[in-house]
Amino acid sequence: MDATETTASTSVPERSRLAAGPRRDLGILERTGVLIEYHWLLFRRTLRGVLITRFLLPVLFLASMGLGVGSLVDENSGGVDGVPYLLYVVPGLVMVTAMQTAVGESTWPVMGFVKWNQFYRAMLNAPHSVADTLRAHWLMIAFNVATSALAFTLISALFGGVGSWWALLGTPIAVLTGMAFSTPLFVIAAKTDTDSVYSAIFRLVVTPLMLFSGAFFPIDQLPTWMQPFAWATPLWHGIELGRAAFLGGPVPDLWWVHVGVLTAYIVVGAAVSRRALRQRLVP
Amino acid sequence: MTDTVLLTARDLTKRFGDFTAVDGIDVEVHKGESFGFLGPNGAGKSSTMRMIGGVSPVTSGELSIFGLDPATHGPQIRARLGNCPQKDLLDEELSVQENLWVYGRFFGLSRKEVRERATELLEFAQLSERRGDKVEPLSGGMKRRLVIARSLINNPELLLLDEPTTGLDPQARHVLWDRLFRLKRQGVTLIITTHYMDEAEQLCDRLVVMDKGRIAAEGSPRDLIVRYSTREVVEVRFDTDDHSAHADSLGGIGERMEVLPDRILLYADDGDAAGSAVHSRELAPLSVLVRRSTLEDVFLHLTGRTLVD
Amino acid sequence: MVGYALWRFVLLRDVVAFRRMWWLFLSGFVEPVFYLFSIGIGLGALVQTVTTDQGMVVSYAAFVAPAMLAASAMNGAIADTTYNFFFKLRFAKTYDTMLATPARPWDIAVGEILWSLIRGGTYSAIFFLVALVMGFVESWWAVLAIPAALLIGAAFAAMGMWATTYMTSWKDFEFINLVIQPMFLFSATFFPLSVYPEALQWLVRLMPLYHGVEIQRGLLLGDVHWGLLVSAAYLAGLAGLGLWGASRRISQLLLT
Repeated sequence: MDATETTASTSVPERSRLAAGPRRDLGILERTGVLIEYHWLLFRRTLRGVLITRFLLPVLFLASMGLGVGSLVDENSGGVDGVPYLLYVVPGLVMVTAMQTAVGESTWPVMGFVKWNQFYRAMLNAPHSVADTLRAHWLMIAFNVATSALAFTLISALFGGVGSWWALLGTPIAVLTGMAFSTPLFVIAAKTDTDSVYSAIFRLVVTPLMLFSGAFFPIDQLPTWMQPFAWATPLWHGIELGRAAFLGGPVPDLWWVHVGVLTAYIVVGAAVSRRALRQRLVP
Repeated sequence: MTDTVLLTARDLTKRFGDFTAVDGIDVEVHKGESFGFLGPNGAGKSSTMRMIGGVSPVTSGELSIFGLDPATHGPQIRARLGNCPQKDLLDEELSVQENLWVYGRFFGLSRKEVRERATELLEFAQLSERRGDKVEPLSGGMKRRLVIARSLINNPELLLLDEPTTGLDPQARHVLWDRLFRLKRQGVTLIITTHYMDEAEQLCDRLVVMDKGRIAAEGSPRDLIVRYSTREVVEVRFDTDDHSAHADSLGGIGERMEVLPDRILLYADDGDAAGSAVHSRELAPLSVLVRRSTLEDVFLHLTGRTLVD
Repeated sequence: MVGYALWRFVLLRDVVAFRRMWWLFLSGFVEPVFYLFSIGIGLGALVQTVTTDQGMVVSYAAFVAPAMLAASAMNGAIADTTYNFFFKLRFAKTYDTMLATPARPWDIAVGEILWSLIRGGTYSAIFFLVALVMGFVESWWAVLAIPAALLIGAAFAAMGMWATTYMTSWKDFEFINLVIQPMFLFSATFFPLSVYPEALQWLVRLMPLYHGVEIQRGLLLGDVHWGLLVSAAYLAGLAGLGLWGASRRISQLLLT
């Protein structure tokens, strides 16, 4: 062992990281930044698909459910709880879009980085840890969710589907909701090699959640035995918060429960996924 | 050049559950040398490389790279390391140069540095003409050269190459060997795993032969051959399904004999003399071939098995 | 060897491959059922009744149920002739192997479409049972619902397959989504044609699913009229056109 090298690693001069000898460490911001740069490159490359799945399809949903079905609802019941159906359904659709965006970004692409092009490994071969790769990826997903939610909010406003400036608060709520799905889902890529699980998740989890979590109608319309399912999943909590924001209040009595449940999903999901991916990538 | 130790391993061990992949090996790699791990699949070479690369925690024993412990200084080690893993890990939808740029940025190099370095390395890897092309249609040899170029993006002092030419055709292998030889001339320390004896002989100044997680022998290729084999070998083939039946009839020729399913090897310092001895017994073999001894023979002697099966 | 109906072997291969993925196959029927329960029943409580374009006043769930039956026929048929067909065509090279036998492109197209009809038919049959149990089947005309579902499936399977022959990468499937999703949302599935402005009504009438929905709604509600034959002819025409186009393109792609 060379004594000069060990001492040198504690105080490294400011110079190019290509020079011989110990190299300046990357700070947490720099580590996160350079990894996000890569995700950004991928994002730009898939822009067409992003525009279609995140903007066009939700807008079609808005037109069909909000305007089409909405006209029937308003005609017969005068809206939901005194609110015109379009105003009622928009926050629900924002949260549904947040969920779909987050799930889409947390399934196949993650398996790609773990199994197909194994780019997580490429990151780990550079001076990054599993925590670094996940932090960058989750931030990028949060960005994706935020842009989808915000764009949807703005488009809905053009349709007359937004009643209050508080609707802008819906975007951070959408990020919370989306991430509550995102972080737990990463565990799947660590634990399995078959991506058909993801098709099943979309079919058997995402679609039913979208339809039965209070996006389109209040969950007290559901049979009593089904309601606890809605309480247990993140989407309903996000929709409850989001709807209050979009309608400009009042603040739900149990807002802290909603925020708490969403945060718990995110935190526990992140811990479990990080552990599983460590076992998989750095055995 | 002063003799600096870049890597030291003492009683290095890696276990996955009950399975011991690396079983207490001792290794020292010096600056500027080209060091090889030779062994069959499953010998523990890749597990060793992953520990050295700082992407697999050490189970027990000591490991130090650049004088640093990978358990506590993984990022500092990896910042100075080039890692060319067994799988390519390229983003096939990005272009050739984008793969280099992206990877260079992972090391915190500036955009300018990354671009300059990528241009140099594409030249080095003979991929300049393909810089803007997608990776997906490149040949296996080109992809491998790109991965090597990529692993050099941070100007590493130590380059890890895990089976660099596995799966490539002979011509692509020679091109790659030529590039690796140039790197060695430029003073980059290389650690190479391989299960090809010709590759080990071509590239390694010094190597260890690994088998079942342990080191069976250590030395330069020449050393090992002198120590564990004879100067020449006679390969005798018979028209039979069972060569062991012919073993007795060749008794007494050369210093040692190995019976393989498809041939019998006779170890002798004077191959021609041994060959003549075989002919003089009038056994009508299909063929008698005299050749120089190789690392394969060393491996066979140490483990009783051939290296590549 | 021409005329030996070699499509049977194409079909057989699919049946064998399916046995490994049966759970994924079966779970495909649930989506329209979920929609029926959610939009038809849950949201239906707020809508109560709706007047069909034929002037019948029905409960909202009874209005949505036939539309979902048509949609399940479409979904089942599309799955195999788009994604799975593309995979076999471009990646698995299944058909190159088949065309090395006396099978012709026509056999491949017919075999795959028949297989997708089995799938679409299964989905529709399961959905039909759900609708029957829930009391949304109100007429004996409904015995024709399954054959009608097969006709809808055939139109989508054939057209979907033809479109898929022009795809070059997985990304192109965004366009399939872009056609299927709007069709699902706007083919008088969740609200009658009368809700639309006049000009849009004509656009909706061009959508194949709209005709599927019209047929199923007529049959399940017992509101049968001559217009349904026009719808059936439209779907049959699309099925034939798609089949012709698909087998032509398969020859161009594989027999070069």
